Amino acid sequence: MGESESENEAPKVKLRPIVRLGMFLISHSHLLSVVCCTAGVLTLLLLPLLAKNTYISENALMPGSANPMLSSQEVSEANGLVKDLTSLDLKRMASGIESQRLIAQYMSNLGAEVSFQKFYPQSNQFHPLHFFSSPDSATIRENISCSSYGLNTVGIIRAPRGDGKEAIVLVTPYNSEKIGLGEALSLGIAYSVFSLLTRVTWLAKDIIWVVADSKYGEYAAVDAWLRDYYIPVFSGLGIQNAEMCHGLEENTIRERNMRDGFKRAGTMAAALVIKVADRSEQFEDSLSIYAEASNGQMPNLDLINIVNYLAVHRQGLRIKVEKMWSLLNCKWLKILGEILESLGHLAKNLNPQWKFGIPAADYVEGTATLTSSLYYQALGIPTGPHGAFRDYQVDAVTLEISSRVSSNNKGRQNDFLLRGGRLIEGVIRSVNNLLEKFHQSFFLYLLTSPSKFLSVGVYMITFALLVSSLPMVAASLYAHANNLDPSFEKNESNHPASAADELGITLRSWKWLYAAKKVLVVHLWGAVVLLLPYFICQIPNCTPTTSFVVWVLLSIFSLLILFWILGSPFSYVYASQPQQREWALLKSVTISAAFIGLCLMSVINFATAEIGALLMVPMCLMAHPLKLDVKSRKLRNFSRVACNLALGFIGFPPTAFLVFKGVFEGFDGISVGDFWNWLESIWAWSSATYLYIGMIHLPCWILCIHVILHPC
Amino acid sequence: MELSFTQGRWNYDRWGGFDPISSSNAKPPGVELWAVFDVPKDQVDASWKNLTHTLSGLFCASINFLESSTTYSTHEWGFHPSSGGLRYGTLPREAVCTENLTPWLKLLPCRDKAGLSALLDRPSIYRGFYHSQRLHLTSSEFHSSGVESGIVLEQALTVVLQPNSHKMSKTFSSETKLQPSWSLSSIFGRKVTGRCILAKTSNVYLQLERGLVTGLENLQKDNMITGPDHVGSGGLKDNPGFELSVRPDKMFKEVNSLHGKSSSILYEYSIERYSVFEPFDLGLTWKFPVVWSCPRAPLHSSRFLMGSGNQRGTIAISFTSTDLEEGFLSANIGEESCKLQADIFQVVPWYIKAYYHTLRVFVDGQPEAITNVVEKMHVSPSEDKESPGVMELVLKFPCAVKSAALTLEFDKGFLHIDEYPPDANQGFDIPSAVIIFPNFQTSMHYLEDNSSNKSPMLSKFQEKSPVLSYTEVLLVPLTTPDFSMPYNVITITCTVFALYFGSLLNVLRRRVGEEERILKNSASKKAGRLPQLLSRLSAKLRGKEWEPPQSPSTSSSFISSKLILKVFIVAGVAVFWQYYSE
Repeated sequence: MGESESENEAPKVKLRPIVRLGMFLISHSHLLSVVCCTAGVLTLLLLPLLAKNTYISENALMPGSANPMLSSQEVSEANGLVKDLTSLDLKRMASGIESQRLIAQYMSNLGAEVSFQKFYPQSNQFHPLHFFSSPDSATIRENISCSSYGLNTVGIIRAPRGDGKEAIVLVTPYNSEKIGLGEALSLGIAYSVFSLLTRVTWLAKDIIWVVADSKYGEYAAVDAWLRDYYIPVFSGLGIQNAEMCHGLEENTIRERNMRDGFKRAGTMAAALVIKVADRSEQFEDSLSIYAEASNGQMPNLDLINIVNYLAVHRQGLRIKVEKMWSLLNCKWLKILGEILESLGHLAKNLNPQWKFGIPAADYVEGTATLTSSLYYQALGIPTGPHGAFRDYQVDAVTLEISSRVSSNNKGRQNDFLLRGGRLIEGVIRSVNNLLEKFHQSFFLYLLTSPSKFLSVGVYMITFALLVSSLPMVAASLYAHANNLDPSFEKNESNHPASAADELGITLRSWKWLYAAKKVLVVHLWGAVVLLLPYFICQIPNCTPTTSFVVWVLLSIFSLLILFWILGSPFSYVYASQPQQREWALLKSVTISAAFIGLCLMSVINFATAEIGALLMVPMCLMAHPLKLDVKSRKLRNFSRVACNLALGFIGFPPTAFLVFKGVFEGFDGISVGDFWNWLESIWAWSSATYLYIGMIHLPCWILCIHVILHPC
Repeated sequence: MELSFTQGRWNYDRWGGFDPISSSNAKPPGVELWAVFDVPKDQVDASWKNLTHTLSGLFCASINFLESSTTYSTHEWGFHPSSGGLRYGTLPREAVCTENLTPWLKLLPCRDKAGLSALLDRPSIYRGFYHSQRLHLTSSEFHSSGVESGIVLEQALTVVLQPNSHKMSKTFSSETKLQPSWSLSSIFGRKVTGRCILAKTSNVYLQLERGLVTGLENLQKDNMITGPDHVGSGGLKDNPGFELSVRPDKMFKEVNSLHGKSSSILYEYSIERYSVFEPFDLGLTWKFPVVWSCPRAPLHSSRFLMGSGNQRGTIAISFTSTDLEEGFLSANIGEESCKLQADIFQVVPWYIKAYYHTLRVFVDGQPEAITNVVEKMHVSPSEDKESPGVMELVLKFPCAVKSAALTLEFDKGFLHIDEYPPDANQGFDIPSAVIIFPNFQTSMHYLEDNSSNKSPMLSKFQEKSPVLSYTEVLLVPLTTPDFSMPYNVITITCTVFALYFGSLLNVLRRRVGEEERILKNSASKKAGRLPQLLSRLSAKLRGKEWEPPQSPSTSSSFISSKLILKVFIVAGVAVFWQYYSE
């Protein structure tokens, strides 16, 4: 464009359409970015409307096509187990292994192969090198005492006529030290299904029942078992330890047989984690599904569909998925829902085939579910023991059945066991029908209700709209910064271009490198900030608040050091270059970095990128030096200043977290320590969100603040 | 040649792994076929192809899939030593059903109309835990023992059934559980009504395993019914443990060469005396609970996959010693260095790219140098789409080994789209490994009353063959394409091609220099009549001086505002029309 302007007498060369389109976009970037951003936010609000009903995609599953075979006989046996377990708990046996032995006894009576698996709790030590890989098992086992181990009991039914290549896993976590009624009931449900499956003829896949000892957390137990299943260690350390610890116990030959063999079945097709919630606030029996695994990975939608279908249509359970409860009585959401509902009615009047209106209550509920779905995916922390399976590409869900069972009501308990058992039986039968592994339905989706989902194709639009404005603005800023300077100079000195001037132009066109360097340095600082908590953790007995304060101070200190070391070239830049455009270049590079970071993150964990884009894109786009705005003294500029300050406030991760927490849970009792706790939980689970916050979000925020406070 | 169809898995722990039945009749699930050809080496593959096609036609099975060179393998030694003419192939996924059994029965002289084979009631056979039909053909040219020339056909059907009479009333207190009693009619639902007329001999054998006999002896000692009398020799009436409904014709007792342990007992029933009116229905009723275990192979072997993900994995074969073999070990202690030999024969398909250098051996939880353990090794690496990889190992473990493990890493390959089987998403099978313990021979010698007519069953039992066991079939999930994708791929490819050819043609057709000249001319003259007129008109309307259009960038906003107006008008008309058309 500059060249074409410089040679005026030359004819207008018609540029390529794609170039013209690019130039058009760049020249209208302000309008377009505003349109894109608002459209992004609007489509996010519209998402509950666009949700589709779930359907069972894989025909082979055939859920509910067979009558449940679970009868009262199995239930009465399961009741026996429940009773034994609870009485065991009342007696409070001295040896902790008693309950496992009881369960193993029950299992082997059914004719299943029983084995025990011993594991040691892993300390949640954060180590920078172990972020991506699970810590080496050899290092964990250094300082373990014999008393502190968990013992998983594993029972395997071999399918009588199957070829043993695949297996379905049932997991019932329970605390071996204190068995509550809920845990006993969940064991009862699993046992009733298990005892049925030992005698059915249709079984094609082996059944593994893992009774996970949740003494050290449910996830840890399941994870330990899976690690032994998939990555066993053959070196002798663990075995020797086990031998040593078990020297004092008496063992019969049979028990030894159980203990020394880690029994396996083939590739896992699916896993179900069964839990029974003790709380009985609901009027009817209900079932909560937890599906989010680490980094927002979800199991195949078909698995959730089967559970949903069987629970609703066969067993009459009420299905719940996690919701943001506080959103349910949100005023503006209701109003928005009503507006959308009336819009839907209007559209229906226009054309009866347009059916996008849903009732306002549904809308509010859908939004609440969607928000929690987004949040839990973004957090990257598995919502239950099923998360351990997803790390090994096994589809798994946690089913939490809650009921009004009290221990004295026998008939109610029987009914509950029967229904729960039949549900599990139906799911297992469906999965058993499956010849291939789950692949038909979606893996990338968000749930807006148990029977409604949003696929990638739909929710990508929101993110794409939000993000698409970034490169446009970056390009236009860059073009302006590079463009306007020469014209400005040309007016001053109108002599023909000399060699020195050309050198100046080339230098100017490389000017963005300084900005890029600055951005790079700040991103490096982000990485340093990420590593700091590791050292802060070493400080003994620290409250979360103090460690947070220490963290902030240390990061500011490191930032200052970095600027002190690397800051000298910037001062040189300030001196030599016209500073007017320096901030624009910086902003443009920042925006491009943010764009790249967001796009990368959307591949790893979409929900994080979505939430991050919501916070970051307006902040990046609005950033404008305060000085310039204050100088010009117009209403528009003042509104921009206000926007900038508000967005800068919200964009800072701790304040964003605290503000949202306050909005959703009430402002009383919030301290900065909460943020520290939250962050600690994120890195303990080695979630990619932690990396995102440190490497992308925080540096971008710093750079935006830098642009806002730019001295120009 | 040997062909076997199997459904279900042989449970080596429960059904034994050290007797002739288990080591010759336990087969991996699916189809297993091996054949030795006595033809020149270059014709072996062709005759193998012929054989597979013939068999697949005969047995209504997809044995013809074994014809492609990726599915069968040759090996040098190890299992079934031969001179180069041997081919071995398995189809683990082959479903075995009655359609395979019927041709097998056709080979019998009386089919399943008379004789013992009348027992073969299909539903009851296929309801069992394990079912394996085997066909063994030996041409006497190979077989040194055969005197007369000809082909010997040997058919064996191995079935593990669950007596279903007591199934429903299972009690869950194992201590007092009685073994389920059974009879032929309750197991098979049929009775034997006389022999097939063409058959020379037609016998039913009932074997009591060593462990069981020991258990019975103990029981007898406890009960003190017949004093120190031996179970078998004491006759049936004084047998405390169980009761047979039919008196056996003969009874054989195993000659146990090893030590003074009690030996197994074989009862023989000849069916010749039975007829339709007096059907043969052998039944066994337990009187006392006896707990016994079967003889097991020296090492219990299991194979499993390690690692997750679609890129790489590890095959691990683990051995754990079965405690029951103390007797054998003590027998071998006299030898100079006690070594337990195990041969492993493993075929891996080519898409499992095994790295044989990553073979690692752990003995009793300690990593061990391969040279210490592996005596002999033969590896033929796989060729992509050509041949599978074969690994033959001879391992020597110390006798006191408790557990051992072998790991082998592999990469998962990519297949071409038309090489995927119908259920590609299930994963791909790695055929079972064969594990042979050549030091241990399964042979049972029975004391015979009259050695004149040696029954084929007994001579079969006496044949010396190494203990053999098959490991599990493994399922490896490979990367699979989305098979509904071709449509999308076609669309995208077509679009890309259209764009490519369009721009290519555009570039080829254009002459840049000439265009510039034309553009210059037109700029000096007139751009066009109509737009010029229009712009002149608009300039007049606005009351401005007309100037020729300057640049596309200035006119673009002008045009776009007009365009937007037009679009709005059209949209309005459309909405209006839509509203009133209903």
